[in-house]
Amino acid sequence: MAAALRGILVTLAKGLNGTSPQWQQLAARPLSTTTRLGGPEAPPARADTTFKVTMVPGDGVGPELMTAVKDVFKAGDVPVEFEEFHLSEVQHMDSDEKLEEVLTSMKTNRVAMKGKINTPMEFKGELSSFEMKIRRRLDLFANVVHVNSLPGYSTRHNNLDLVIIREQTEGEYSSLEHESVPGVIECLKIITREKSRRIAKFAFDYATKNGRKKVTAVHKANIMKLADGLFLNCCAEVAELYPKIQYQNIIIDNCCMQLVQNPYQFDVLVMPNLYGNIIDNLAAGLVGGAGVVPGESYSSEYAVFETGARHPFAQAVGRNIANPTAMLLSAANMLHHLNLEYHSNMVSDAVRRVIKQGKVRTRDLGGYSTTGDLVQAVVGNLRHRPMS
Amino acid sequence: MRIADRHTGSQSRADLYSTGPNSRSMASNAWRSMFSHAVGAVKRPAFCSRSAFTRGLKTVTLIPGDGIGPEISVAVMKIFEAAKTPIQWEERKVTAIQGPGGRWIIPPDCKESMDRNLIGLKGPLKTPIAAGHPSMNLLLRKTFDLYANVRPCVSIEGYKTPYTDVDLVTIRENTEGEYSGIEHIIVDGVVQSIKLITEDASRRIAEYAFEYARNNQRNSVTAVHKANIMRMSDGLFLRKCREVAENFKDIKFTEMYLDTVCLNMVQDPTQFDVLVMPNLYGDILSDLCAGLIGGLGVTPSGNIGANGVAIFESVHGTAPDIAGLDLANPTALLLSAVMMLRHMGMHDYGQRIETACFNTIRDKKVLTGDLGGKSKCSEFTEEICNRVKDTD
Repeated sequence: MAAALRGILVTLAKGLNGTSPQWQQLAARPLSTTTRLGGPEAPPARADTTFKVTMVPGDGVGPELMTAVKDVFKAGDVPVEFEEFHLSEVQHMDSDEKLEEVLTSMKTNRVAMKGKINTPMEFKGELSSFEMKIRRRLDLFANVVHVNSLPGYSTRHNNLDLVIIREQTEGEYSSLEHESVPGVIECLKIITREKSRRIAKFAFDYATKNGRKKVTAVHKANIMKLADGLFLNCCAEVAELYPKIQYQNIIIDNCCMQLVQNPYQFDVLVMPNLYGNIIDNLAAGLVGGAGVVPGESYSSEYAVFETGARHPFAQAVGRNIANPTAMLLSAANMLHHLNLEYHSNMVSDAVRRVIKQGKVRTRDLGGYSTTGDLVQAVVGNLRHRPMS
Repeated sequence: MRIADRHTGSQSRADLYSTGPNSRSMASNAWRSMFSHAVGAVKRPAFCSRSAFTRGLKTVTLIPGDGIGPEISVAVMKIFEAAKTPIQWEERKVTAIQGPGGRWIIPPDCKESMDRNLIGLKGPLKTPIAAGHPSMNLLLRKTFDLYANVRPCVSIEGYKTPYTDVDLVTIRENTEGEYSGIEHIIVDGVVQSIKLITEDASRRIAEYAFEYARNNQRNSVTAVHKANIMRMSDGLFLRKCREVAENFKDIKFTEMYLDTVCLNMVQDPTQFDVLVMPNLYGDILSDLCAGLIGGLGVTPSGNIGANGVAIFESVHGTAPDIAGLDLANPTALLLSAVMMLRHMGMHDYGQRIETACFNTIRDKKVLTGDLGGKSKCSEFTEEICNRVKDTD
């Protein structure tokens, strides 16, 4: 206690010595490392402590995207240290010990960045993939994808701004399947009240916190009357506790149709697992594809940052053509989560500026630049460059 | 071939909506349709006397449905009359009734009519959410074992959407999967819903998809699945597709994850041709594709069943808010009826009606509200009738 108090006093002294103390910043972040506070113009001095973050590059272009993140972080002098683990199911690294190691690290660090861990299609006795095991073990129940059009890159639908919140621990992804008689397979979809209420609450809390007006529940309760009916009821119940936020529901197939015709009608969407997978990808496609939309998964304790549409993009491995935009924006979101506001803005602003200038574009956005070119351009646009 | 299609407009889309066994014989006549694709605007006399159906009057069961259903059914009947189509209608009403033993069934007179005629045309039926009985559409599907739902999605010239040049067909397994209807509450607050995938149904739909592709001069079939997550069930579906693909070496076979398809579909729908998939994915993708070309109001749909039964339907809602106001758009039901004519081998009639409908939309003079015009349903119908008569 005494030590903490002394720390604050030191901070105060330092702040008063500076040209203009950043009182607000100080008040907002009592826990942040004190030495980072400098003048408003000058970049913050190097932090005493660095944040440890678990990094799982995954398969496909994951490692290339992570290299991009590391390069940008290095150039921007971002006080984050990565603990890297290579976990893959398709290469020969799929041991459970490895998974345990990753989980332990994630539990210690509480924050992780993750690429897509590719899932082999063939059934070899194990029903759940590493992706699902990680989600379940860490209870990463909410996946949030904020679909936001990038200024400067025009698609069929511009100025889009919607948030997709997906339950990702139950539903169709329960890995409960069995062959009742030869040639007949039953696959169970589980919907529980507890988890439905939890995700609904998460969605409404998110809407409240981020100043959004409307939450739409996506379902198929006209066919799956019990399962999706339960989900829908839970959403309606939770909605009553948030009178300031408008609540609607829509059937999944209609939702998909509306998304390609008039996506502007949606604000925050909340849905069970499989529908989330569909809508995430669909909405990512509307604003430029898997390479530009960041995403994140939350449990009550942990946060994992990844791309919005999770694809390994294996055909691009080693060709230096993958678009690192999504992963860089996701990294910026992670910095925001770590309360590194300055660095977060620095990275995301740099990425947005490069996209807006439109000179350096990877192939998926219609350009000819390589991943490396884009990273270089982003580094060149960082407000703060390392002194060397 | 595709380029030729675009130049000659709707005329050469001829075989797009044809389905089922009658069109199978066309495979042997491939040269003929290739020829007509090339010349485009030339009429196709070859098909006139080919089918025995065209000589006599053929009876079709008509289920007008609820809401706007009756009005758009009248519109279709008028246009068929104007085209002097040798079809007579047998109107049947469908409501859920409880049979002996408390099972929900469709009215016996409707079933009997369908069993006799084999071919049906259906307007929208209302499905109350969370009501006591199952959805009527589901009931019809189960009654007649309508295992394949076919939806051709082709951009309509003159009706502007962000997507042009869409030209694909979704084929959906219609009897099992997530819509098996088997659900139960295990304990309070925990519901289990069973997705059922069987070998037979998977093989049947895969075979239908490949036959459809071959009969309609389409080059590739894509199986849409999620076998990385549902390894056993979707794995089985995928395995059957692969097996069937072995027998259709002339058709290119690809497999794609559902999420990848969604991602690519909204970015570049032109890369897809025929898509085949289990029930839920098909439900979602077929509506998504309909969205690309302008919504369910302009998308036809056909359901193919075992033993030669086929029901063609418009898949939009009942629109109770505009029912009876003469504002509805009959295009979807009309195009479904055209699909039906092709299924029955009446290609020339189908062609004439379809051309009249597309030309009316392209000229933009007489359009219903949802297509961006101000005309009434009856005026729109009248315009199509006149155009049909003009082409006599």
